[in-house]
Amino acid sequence: MNNPQLNANGELQHLLSIEGLPREILTQILDTAESFAGVTEREVKKVPLLRGKSVFNLFFEPSTRTRTTFEIAAKRLSADVINLNIAISSQTKGESLLDTVANLSAMQADIFVVRHASSGAPFLIARHVKPHEHVVNAGDGRHAHPTQGLLDLFTIRHYKKDFSKLTVAIVGDILHSRVARSLIHGLTTLGAPEVRVIGPQTLLPAGVEALGVRVFHDMREGLRGADVVVMLRLQNERMGGALLPSAQEFNKHYGLSADKLSLAKADAIVMHPGPMNRGVEIDSSVADGPHSVILPQVTFGIAVRMAVMSIVAGN
Amino acid sequence: MALHIKNGRLIDPASGRDAVGDVFVADGRIVESLKGKAERTVDAKGLVVAPGFIDLSVRLREPGQEYKATLESEMTAAVAGGVTSLACPPDTDPPLDEPGLVDMLRRRAKSLSRARVYPVGALTVKLEGKSLTEMGQLADAGCVAFSQANAPLADTQVLWRALQYAATFGYPVWLRAEDVWLAKGGVAHDGEVATRLGLPGIPPFAETVALGTILELVRATGARVHLCRLSSAGAVEMVRRAKAEGLPVTCDVGIHHVHLCDIDIGYFDSQCRLEPPLRSQRDRDALARALAEGVVDCMCSDHTPVDEDRKHLPFAEAEPGATGLELLLPLALKWGAAHKLGLPATLARITSEPAKILGVASGRIAAGAPGDLAIFDPQAPVRIAPESLKSQGKNTPFLGYELAGRVRYTVVAGNVVYEG
Repeated sequence: MNNPQLNANGELQHLLSIEGLPREILTQILDTAESFAGVTEREVKKVPLLRGKSVFNLFFEPSTRTRTTFEIAAKRLSADVINLNIAISSQTKGESLLDTVANLSAMQADIFVVRHASSGAPFLIARHVKPHEHVVNAGDGRHAHPTQGLLDLFTIRHYKKDFSKLTVAIVGDILHSRVARSLIHGLTTLGAPEVRVIGPQTLLPAGVEALGVRVFHDMREGLRGADVVVMLRLQNERMGGALLPSAQEFNKHYGLSADKLSLAKADAIVMHPGPMNRGVEIDSSVADGPHSVILPQVTFGIAVRMAVMSIVAGN
Repeated sequence: MALHIKNGRLIDPASGRDAVGDVFVADGRIVESLKGKAERTVDAKGLVVAPGFIDLSVRLREPGQEYKATLESEMTAAVAGGVTSLACPPDTDPPLDEPGLVDMLRRRAKSLSRARVYPVGALTVKLEGKSLTEMGQLADAGCVAFSQANAPLADTQVLWRALQYAATFGYPVWLRAEDVWLAKGGVAHDGEVATRLGLPGIPPFAETVALGTILELVRATGARVHLCRLSSAGAVEMVRRAKAEGLPVTCDVGIHHVHLCDIDIGYFDSQCRLEPPLRSQRDRDALARALAEGVVDCMCSDHTPVDEDRKHLPFAEAEPGATGLELLLPLALKWGAAHKLGLPATLARITSEPAKILGVASGRIAAGAPGDLAIFDPQAPVRIAPESLKSQGKNTPFLGYELAGRVRYTVVAGNVVYEG
């Protein structure tokens, strides 16, 4: 089966998932992002790489942070950005996903940044766009959020330099998390020797070990000796049903407190894709504490998205 | 019409006969010899002459879903696939829960004079799983069994009563085992593939839990139950034990589930969005083996034409189902070859075995049996492509496959209804 993300020369045509991307491409994206990190600090925060190109932000699911950082990234690359909040436009009028894309394509799009509630939706779009058009997945269902995964990798590399000795613990709702899936694939591809997932059985998907992770149900055990702790957002709608009894009980077992964090390495970093539920998955003392790199993650996100868009558009 | 088929390799799975010879059909039935001259002679040299195929699950989409398929298109597809008898599940719109609807369907089918259509009536009104249909009247109108198709029957009290009632009158009940709650929201087998793709899973025990309930109710009521579309290795073992115990159960498997597994979903291929879901390789292998051993009685196409618009969607949103009538023979042959079964044993799974479940006299080549025949070249290649499919449904995971087994003639009641 051909990898639908790569063109005939093995270059990145679309960014749909971290899974299946070779280490060289991941490293190329991270290195390119490194070079863009400087742009953000300049007085004139623009480079002309995508001048004359149009980036369509197609968000079939609401998002503030991801959409905004994509918009900033595209503008810093001098692209024209068109934001479409599809959730309240054509889809409610019954237009199909592919019709929407075909219509936008007729408006001369170059890059589609797509977020959709259904796993695999960006793959469907990528199969139907014109050869010069590129699709960047900004989160599809539970499947993948590759730019978030890349910015997480960028953050880890920034603070820890080398993946080859790291123990990374990912904590919380793995079942519904596209962030976790993307990060796991990225870490295993870049050679992190120990990736742990920590959560109750109800929030771990079937056969998750096959992704190359070790499963822990006891958070203290799972955090022991970790270099990186990634907390996942726990959606409110998961509460009070059959998955979890309450936010308080989740916090008791799987919330990151200073006390639990003390089991990780002394120089461990704490990450969170946002938005945070303080007092649920993470205590404020940790979120705002010395181990936290949560705000730098957001800043790095812009450089990583610039790198991704400039690379796909250049291929 | 007197028909003479000469020089073919006659295969009658019911008797195990496999020899070159001639077949004669007069007045719609197979006869030892013709009294007068044949009105038509077919030279079947180099071809296999088998009983016409019997398919236990074919959605014709009439009434109510003519945008997906019509009786006309699907009956043409049936005979192009060598299928001469088919059972259609009751999940039409409206469902087959009234004698008038069944009667109309049978009349419409009869007027097309292609394959024989055996409607399966709804077990509950509107398939809502609440109140029983008028099974007696539906049976009089031509229903051969009663079923919920893929509609859930969550209320086990209703299921119990339905089986008691059907058992009272000896009506067979066809059920697909799936626990509504365990399957809720799921679109793929709950395993490594679904985990990787982020697709909500349906665990295999959604099938075995429901199957346990059904078998316990069969034990209590004595109802004759046919289990539709097994999907898991666990279910196979339960049926094996139930049969050993002597419970009156039979079962079938769909063509997709003996050849494909969840890995075939690849990059979200919505052609593989099926009900029940494609399960693991281990499940697939267990199903294919059980079919060879006879634990699974027969194979059906589970023909479900879906229009393109409803397949061109993200995996979870795509409508489940695949077209199958024209793939039944090639996929049966592929399965038989993989298990080193001869043609008689292979063809039994799509002729004599489903005939027993349907309770019909066709499915064999013997004097007095209905003159329904499929004449095919088992080696001739068929390429599965939208333009070569007669069915209005062009949706199948096998698009692009090159398979072996091409139907040359299909005969129903002594009339050649298809030549390819």
